[in-house]
Amino acid sequence: MKVITAPLAHLGRAVLALLAITGRVTIFASDGISHFFRPPFYWREFLVALGQIGWLSLPVVGLTAFFTGGALALQIYAGGARFSAEAVVPQIVAIGMVRELGPVLVGLMIAARVTSSIAAEIATMKVTEQIDALVTLSTHPMKYLTAPRVLAALLVVPLLVGVGDIIGIFGGYVVGTQQLGFNPASYIKNTVDFLEFTDVFSSMVKGCVFGGIAATMGCYFGMQSGRGAQGVGQATKASVQAAAVLILAANFLLTSVFFSS
Amino acid sequence: MITLENVHKSFGPKKVLQGVNLEIPKGESMVIIGGSGTGKSVMLKSVLGLVTPDKGTITVDGQDVTNAQSSKERDAFLARFGMLFQGGALFDSMKVWENVAFRLLRGSLKKPLAEARSISIEKLRRVGLSPDVADLYPSELSGGMQKRVGLARAIAAEPEIIFFDEPTTGLDPIMSGVINDLIREIVVEMGATAMTITHDMTSVRAIADKVAMLHNGVIQWTGPIVQMDESGDPHLDQFTHGRADGPIESIR
Repeated sequence: MKVITAPLAHLGRAVLALLAITGRVTIFASDGISHFFRPPFYWREFLVALGQIGWLSLPVVGLTAFFTGGALALQIYAGGARFSAEAVVPQIVAIGMVRELGPVLVGLMIAARVTSSIAAEIATMKVTEQIDALVTLSTHPMKYLTAPRVLAALLVVPLLVGVGDIIGIFGGYVVGTQQLGFNPASYIKNTVDFLEFTDVFSSMVKGCVFGGIAATMGCYFGMQSGRGAQGVGQATKASVQAAAVLILAANFLLTSVFFSS
Repeated sequence: MITLENVHKSFGPKKVLQGVNLEIPKGESMVIIGGSGTGKSVMLKSVLGLVTPDKGTITVDGQDVTNAQSSKERDAFLARFGMLFQGGALFDSMKVWENVAFRLLRGSLKKPLAEARSISIEKLRRVGLSPDVADLYPSELSGGMQKRVGLARAIAAEPEIIFFDEPTTGLDPIMSGVINDLIREIVVEMGATAMTITHDMTSVRAIADKVAMLHNGVIQWTGPIVQMDESGDPHLDQFTHGRADGPIESIR
């Protein structure tokens, strides 16, 4: 009998744990967001977060997008050649970058770069009692640590996605014109003519949602950190995993909302 | 006056506090002693609201701190406290002077930048640090200096109540002596109520007006420091003399 019930019990426990953590994260996120509107707002922390999340992520975002755009152009050219459709390279690169690869890759890079550093920083602060110290100094940790970072990510990640989209298309353009023999002017014209407002808008919305997920996960797992170096390591790992999976899941949902007719 | 009445706190199956009763009169220096892991820190953090007790009441000047307060009330409540953390708990992303002036740079006690900085440097001088330390980062300081900065931060906003969590742990005997003397001087000079946690007996003798010993989740003994050596309490005697044999089990 136990052979049958044991896996069911495991499954049940896993589902309950998942529901519990969903609840906790939701409460945490809404608490964090509520602090945007309840003064004081820590502008200095917000500006630092803008720089950390936005400005300093530009190189990695640019490189990722450039190489991806280039590879995409090569793939589409090779694939398209099988049914004499090589000419669609500019259009497919544009749509592929703007709708999917731009936001997702930027989101994942932000999860790797920003979520991990937020989680490790906050977890270390927790382990060394700096969070308790904040409270004794009449400063709400959610207001001081979480709200500025989450707001900064919500605002700046869409911009990063925009930059990523453009650089990705540029990567495709470089490969297309230098290697595949496309005419530069018509490559650009085809790209611009083909993209619609919805494509760009969906890209920005995805960036906003992914940024929110990345910063919230970093803050949440940092605040929940256990003791010692192991606790910090665990918190960092869990935050990046959760952010990456949630970004991909959210991407699927948003894509269905925007493009399934 | 700080009053703890029948305070209980468990973490999972582990019962840490099991009915703590203690009074700390205004302006007195109370030192809580007890072995590692007996719940001294939990007790102190309960008063600050960093830990919520499962049962019992804690009042500060008659105001109940265990019930939910509005954020304004809580701000006003916390503004009366200063705390020196065991590891210093300095914010490593900020310079030393910004750490000390943390309260003065934001929130209800906000002061102009220049004034906050000069108060900060004044407090650093009070704990024996020169003004050129102000622009360093905490990681550039030795353990003893970090403790002093922590002390300066705790007293920066002139609190009425100061908590010290193991102020001499990890310091050499001379630096311990310096910190003990500083704590004593500052508490007397500011007329503050002080609550210190320690297991360093030298520290106890230097700082305390009164001593309370926490054991098995309750206050085992409490009384003025002068009575500590003649208490006749076997638990307290074992602890103050650091004996391995006695009623307190040495294997934990």
